[in-house]
This record gives sequence, structure tokens and C-alpha cells, in this order.
Amino acid sequence: MSEMTPFKSVGRAMLHLVAGLAVIAASSPGSAETKSAPGTPVWQENPFPSTYTPYPGEPTAIVGATVFDGTGGEIPSGIVLLRDSKVVAIGDARLAVPDGYRRIDGTGKFVTPGVIDIHSHLGVYASPGVPAHSDGNEATSPTTPQVWAEHSVWPQDPGFSRALTNGGVTTMQILPGSANLIGGRSVVLKNIYARTVQAMKFPGAPYGMKMACGENPKRVYGGRNQMPSTRMGNFAVDRQAWIKAAEYRKKRADGKLTERDLAMDTMADVLDGKILVQNHCYRADEMAQVIDMAKEFGYKVSAFHHAVEAYKIGDLLRDNGICAAIWADWWGFKMEAFDAIPENAALLADAGACVIIHSDDANGIQRLNQEAAKARAAGRRIGIDISDGQVIRWITLNPAKALGIDKQTGSLAAGKMGDVVLWNGNPLSVYSRPEKVWVDGALLFDATDPKRRPVSDFELGLPGEGDVK
Amino acid sequence: MKRTALALAALLLAGTAIPATAADAPSKAPPSGDFAVTNVTVAIGDGSAPIRGGAVVVRGGRIVAAGKDVAVPAELPVIDGTGKWVTPGLVSAMTDLGLVDVGAVEESNDSYAGTARFSAGLDVSLAIDNDAPPVAVSRASGITRAGVAPIAANAIFAGQGAVIDLAQNGPDAVQPRAFQLVELGERGADLAGGSRVAAQALLRNALREARELAQRKPGKDTEGLTLGQPSDALLSRADAAALIPVVTGKQPLFVHVERAADIRGVLALGREFPALRLVIVGAGEGWRVANEIAAAKVPVLASALADLPGSFETLAATQSNVGRMTAAGVKVALGGFYDNDQPRYAPQFAGNLVGLSRVPGATGLSWGQALAAITSIPAEILGGGSTFGSLKPGFVADMVLWDGDPLEISTGAVTIFIDGKPQSLVNHQSRLRQRYRYPKESGLPKAYE
Repeated sequence: MSEMTPFKSVGRAMLHLVAGLAVIAASSPGSAETKSAPGTPVWQENPFPSTYTPYPGEPTAIVGATVFDGTGGEIPSGIVLLRDSKVVAIGDARLAVPDGYRRIDGTGKFVTPGVIDIHSHLGVYASPGVPAHSDGNEATSPTTPQVWAEHSVWPQDPGFSRALTNGGVTTMQILPGSANLIGGRSVVLKNIYARTVQAMKFPGAPYGMKMACGENPKRVYGGRNQMPSTRMGNFAVDRQAWIKAAEYRKKRADGKLTERDLAMDTMADVLDGKILVQNHCYRADEMAQVIDMAKEFGYKVSAFHHAVEAYKIGDLLRDNGICAAIWADWWGFKMEAFDAIPENAALLADAGACVIIHSDDANGIQRLNQEAAKARAAGRRIGIDISDGQVIRWITLNPAKALGIDKQTGSLAAGKMGDVVLWNGNPLSVYSRPEKVWVDGALLFDATDPKRRPVSDFELGLPGEGDVK
Repeated sequence: MKRTALALAALLLAGTAIPATAADAPSKAPPSGDFAVTNVTVAIGDGSAPIRGGAVVVRGGRIVAAGKDVAVPAELPVIDGTGKWVTPGLVSAMTDLGLVDVGAVEESNDSYAGTARFSAGLDVSLAIDNDAPPVAVSRASGITRAGVAPIAANAIFAGQGAVIDLAQNGPDAVQPRAFQLVELGERGADLAGGSRVAAQALLRNALREARELAQRKPGKDTEGLTLGQPSDALLSRADAAALIPVVTGKQPLFVHVERAADIRGVLALGREFPALRLVIVGAGEGWRVANEIAAAKVPVLASALADLPGSFETLAATQSNVGRMTAAGVKVALGGFYDNDQPRYAPQFAGNLVGLSRVPGATGLSWGQALAAITSIPAEILGGGSTFGSLKPGFVADMVLWDGDPLEISTGAVTIFIDGKPQSLVNHQSRLRQRYRYPKESGLPKAYE
């Protein structure tokens, strides 16, 4: 669910204002592991392991398309080879296509890595958006690091199919909302329908922890005459939680824990560098203070989400190695979005900072390519020229890096996951759409084949089932 | 209300005559009132295809001619449109422009009134503030006219909307009480007490009370305020009087419904009350009853890209909705761009419908139809079908010069005219862009730039 919605009504508008931010959850690969140091509680490191396995694919050669590889590179008349769920090779027209590959003519078309949305609430604010599906904010305490988004994800959210077929999205981080300062763990999913959440979980993706600055937490809790009711209250509650987490972590490391605390487990894992912080934060001044708070307690922010004022501190973000995950041009819907400008992404790129275009929206996730193109165009009008390939990186390799999955996906290179989109035109044009989408080398959407179009359980037998959406 | 934000915005909007970057510096001031644009790709806005190498002639703030082989009088100042496109100014039929400074800042938001004493009688024209920051941002994106609608918050009737232009020094003309808005879907059910049944009963009672009030004052059909309401009336006098122009067909009734059954219900309402001038807003499942809507000649204002079953009244939502309705002969304008106050997304949404026409099994729009859906058709729905929303001769010269195909995502508005007068593109965002083009401070804090 997004912060904005068509034909708004008052009730919905208010709901959307808190459905902002989330965290990622990490599942270590391999089997769940049991720790049993003497005198400490026993627990599993990875109690909900991924059971995802790639669907079958056939050796495939996409020939003749313009290839954006996700790192910024562009190959005219390129060739992409997929086999056994992986990218085998990419190259120009001289790359030999081995026997046994199905050739797909990409002439006049474009190839990108599968699109990655670092900020989605699909599944936790599923469609239809009825109160029974409102599972994204555990808004009962300002810090809830003990909750895990994966326990709220409904795998039958119809939104997953729209993100795949219209947006070419193959990987998403599903985050808790932003009602809380610490919202809980996020989860990284492959965009495939499955019977269980575990079967959607991206193998080996680290967990994230969602944090939120600014208006939302102080409004939600201040409205209940409870701390935090101010921005200074926000920081005080955060720092107190980190003090507690640091003590817990030390006890845990020293084998002196006598009682497990789910919340502290997550925060201690952040301090150990195993869980990545994904921080909703609009204003430049607040981001700067979060950076200092992170230094105070020895953790790192992976990305600031909704960072509409990031352009004011591009140097600071660059120097601290923090990505800005942003909309192209959302503006003005709340006080802390008043200084948003469409040139945000381009100014960040100009400063050498890491740019990610995110959605936070079940509609926007279908057009991340267009949002990236819009942000680039705004930059071009003030003299900042960014290549097509670099712009594609904003929705592929950069989010993969900020999610800690860039070794597996986010770019087209030999040995990486076969997450690929074939577009019917340049994806930076409003007139282009995905024609085919592969996830781990399996063809899971084909615009020319109605049998390769997913339909969630929810839509069966209802008006519009199986329609071109 | 809107005090701090507005004061700030006013400050920022004030001394902004000096452009700070190339993007903000027009090579010279555009002419006003009487001029021509030549060597330009002309898109009329009436559904026709764009014309390369065309021209537009403007005199007295009105279009004299636009298209190919247009004679350009030698005495007119000329804008060379080489490489550019010209379209009518964009029209958005249902926005909250002028009612809201910042949506979530309640005191700056006049778009709804949850505990108001009136409903249908509410008249947004009395609260419109042309200095609200979203007006300037929308103007710079090429929006030149808009319907301004209240949001229903205390009754099924939201109140009376207005039509404004977005000219920078206050609208030259606000057309008040241009339409009434009523909620008859899920939202209407909620407002009526909990069911669509209750909403229908309220609606019919309201129309009856308005009709009776009109009949009790023969010859007068607008105020009726001197007459009392019967003791069993549910509507206040002001609300009943406001519905008289609706029941007499003098003012369009915008009805927000989404699902097919509710759309059929609205069409049935039109048969029951033939004087009503209905416009359907939303119509997420309109494609399923497109032939019926077309036969009833009821225009539709739909959200272009809604394709999720966001509620049980939009189960069959698809991006092909607009294309399928249009193909069936329904007049469809685009609205509901993310939020009501973000009509600047109109070109992107329209462009998507052109792109959709290349997707197998989907139905989109031609380029000309897509532009019409954000210019001439919303103009027609707002009652301006013979004055604005198109570059036809005699229409007001609301025009936008673009640096490329206006429906393409990378294109921006270069010069904007309302009634033939060039408009400022300066706003809060453009000033921030200038200040932070080079973000490092030098010599003095940013606040001195």
C-alpha cells in the first residue's frame, strides 16, 4: 500500500500515511542451525528457511536485442545465454550460441536484469485492501524489532502478478510499515507465486531491519499521548533501544544470556552486521543525525528510503556509503515531503552517491522503469546527463547491493541468477512493456502466451480472472 | 489554516524572477496575446493524430488557426517551434487544486469536512486559493484548467465543484458550482450509514426533496432559501436548494461508483430521473458494461492504470478499461492520477495507454485518443467543450510547448500559455532545484542563495 491512491477518500488517505517503511529479513542459506553453548538458551538461527527452488527452464538465447547489463553497460545487438537457472554468458553479436538453445529474436527489443524493488508492501498490505489484509504495521509499540514481515505476507496477493507482468519485477524486499521507529524484520522474495512464503524467499538473502524517522512514529504514538511524540522523542527511544541491544549482544557473545529476547536478537544481529538497516527517512537533517546515531552504536544504514531530501546531502551519503532509495517525483503530500524535487536522483548521481528507485506502492512497482526514466529526464534538463545503462542500474544492481544480494542477482553476468526481462522497446520509454520475464532461467511471463501469465488463487472464479491486466 | 506553509511558499514564489540555471532561463520572454508558433508539431487535442511542421496562430488570447498550411500573418511575433510540440493545455476534471497546500497538514487542507453541518450545499469555489503550492507545480507541468472537487466526508453528497484556470495571478475566472459530486459505491455505503441500500434511499430522498423545493417556488430554481423544508425533511434547506440545479439538469451530477453492478444502477437512475446530467467517476469495472454506458451517452472519468482488485468493487480492474470503454463509444477522460492533487501525472498515464495498445490481448488508445483523454474530453465533461481543451479556432489559447512528444516520459513543458498569456514555471520545487544544483555551501549558508 502506498502513501497515495487514486480517487482518494479520507479513510484511505490516512491509512496510507503510515504504510511507509519496512525491514528485510535474512535467511542464511543451508539448513537451520542449532546453537547450544553451555548456559545459554537454545535457538535456531534460521527457523523459517527458504524452500525456493527454481522452476524448470530451457536453454535460451536472446539474440539481437540491446542489452543493459545492470552495471551500467550497454551492448547493441547483444546476446544473452541462459541455462540451468543461470546466466551462462552475455556478449555482442560475436558470442557463439551453442547447440540446443532456444533462440529468441530480440531485434528491436531490449534486455535488462530482472527489476528489483527494495521497498514494497505486497503481501503485507495485500489487495483487496480490506482491514483483514492490513498486516504491515504492528502499531502497538514504537519499537517492534521482534516482528518479521514474512509472517504477514499473503502469497496470493494479486499485486505480485502485476509487478511481474507490467513491471518486470523479479525480486522484492517486503517491509513492515513506518508506524514504528523500529518496525521489524523485512523479507526478500523472489516474485513467484507459491503455496508458502518460505517457497518465495530469496535463498541466502540477508534479513533487513526496518527503521523510521520523522512524522509517522511521532504522530502514531504522540496521538496516544505516548512517547515518542516529537522528533527528539524518536531519537531518544531509538538510542535507548540500541543501548539495550548492545548489552544483549555482549552477553550473547560472552555466552551469558539466560533468557532469549526476540527483539534483541534482531537488533544484536544488526550490530553484528548480519542484518541490514533499511531506514525510512525523508529529511536531510534527520538522515545526518541517523548517520551519527549509527556511528554511536556501531551499525550501518544500508539505505535511506523515501529520502526525498537526499539531494541536499549527496556528499554525506556518498562518504558514508549509504544508498538513497527514492521515488522519481512524489511530492508535497505531507510536510516532510514538501522539499521533494524531481531532480533528486540526478543530483545524487552527480554527487557520486548511490541511487535506487523504489515504489512503496502496488501500482508504482509496475512502472519502476518509467520512474527511473522520469528522474533521469529531470536531471538532463539541468545539465546532468546519465546514460540509459546507468539509469537501469538504479532499479537492478543498486537495489541488489543495498539488499546484500548483488553476488546472486541484479546484473547479467555469467553464473548469476537467470533473472531477465525482454522489453518490447526501450524500457526508459513510456511506450514499452515487458514481453517476457525469466526468473532463475524459467519463463514465468510471456505476453504472447496466455498460459505464461500468473493468476493468484484470489482471482479464480471472480470477474476479470486471467484478463490482461 | 495553511499559514506557515503558505507564508513560506509565498516568500519563495515572490522574488523568483531571476532564473538561476539554464533550465529556468527562457532565451527571451515569450509574446502574449497575439503571436504564432511555427515549425512545430501540432496536436489539436480532439483525437486526431499530431501534425508535423505545423503552426498555431493566436490573436486576442484565442486560437485563430492550428495545423498544417496555416497562414501566419507577417506582423505577428513568432516563436520558432523547431523540435518542439504544441498541445492544448492539459485539463484535469477532478482535482483538489487550490483546496490543499499539503495534504496531510490538516489545517492547510480544505478538501473535506468531516463534521460539517452541510453537504450538497458546500461550494468549493469560496475556498479556492490559487497560491496553494500544488497549483504552481501543476501549472509548470502543463495543467491549465481543472475541475476542483470536494471529498465526501460526512454525507454521500460531497458538495459543488468548480472549474478553474491555473493562471499565475489568480484564476481569470472561477466557474463556481459547476457540478455536484455524490458517492454511491463502497464509500457512499459507509457514509450513508453502512450499506448501498441506505445510500440509494438517501439519494432518492434527496432528489425528491430538491424537486419538491423547486416546485414550491415556481420560476426560481437556484436558491429557494426563503421557503422552509417540511418537518420530516432530511436535508437542510441549503443542501436541498443546492440539488435543485441537479434535478433540473442545469448542473451535472458526478457519481463515484466502481463495480459493474453499481454502474448499471447509475444508468438506471438516469432512466428514472431523465433530467439528470450524469458523469460516472471511477468506473473501475466500466469495461464490463461499456456498451450500456455508451448507449446511455454517459461520459466517464476513469483512472487509467488501476489494475488491482484494490477492493471488492474493483475485482475486474484492468489497464484495458479505458481502451475498451473508448472502443465501445464511451467518452472517457483520465483522472485519479495517484492522488487527486497530482494531475501532473496525466501525460505519463495517457502515454501508458498508447503503450498498452502494443501488448497482445490488451486494449489501449491511439496517440490522438490518449491526448484527447487529458484535454478535450475532460473539458467537455466540465462544460468547456466549446471553449477550452483543444486548439480549434475560437478556443482560448491555453497551450503548452513541449521539448518532445508530450506523452513520452522524458519530455517536459517548455512554455505555457493560459488565455494566450505566458505563465511562470517557477514554484517551490524549481527554486529548490536552483539552490541545490551545486549542493555544497560556499561563503555563506544556502539560505542566502
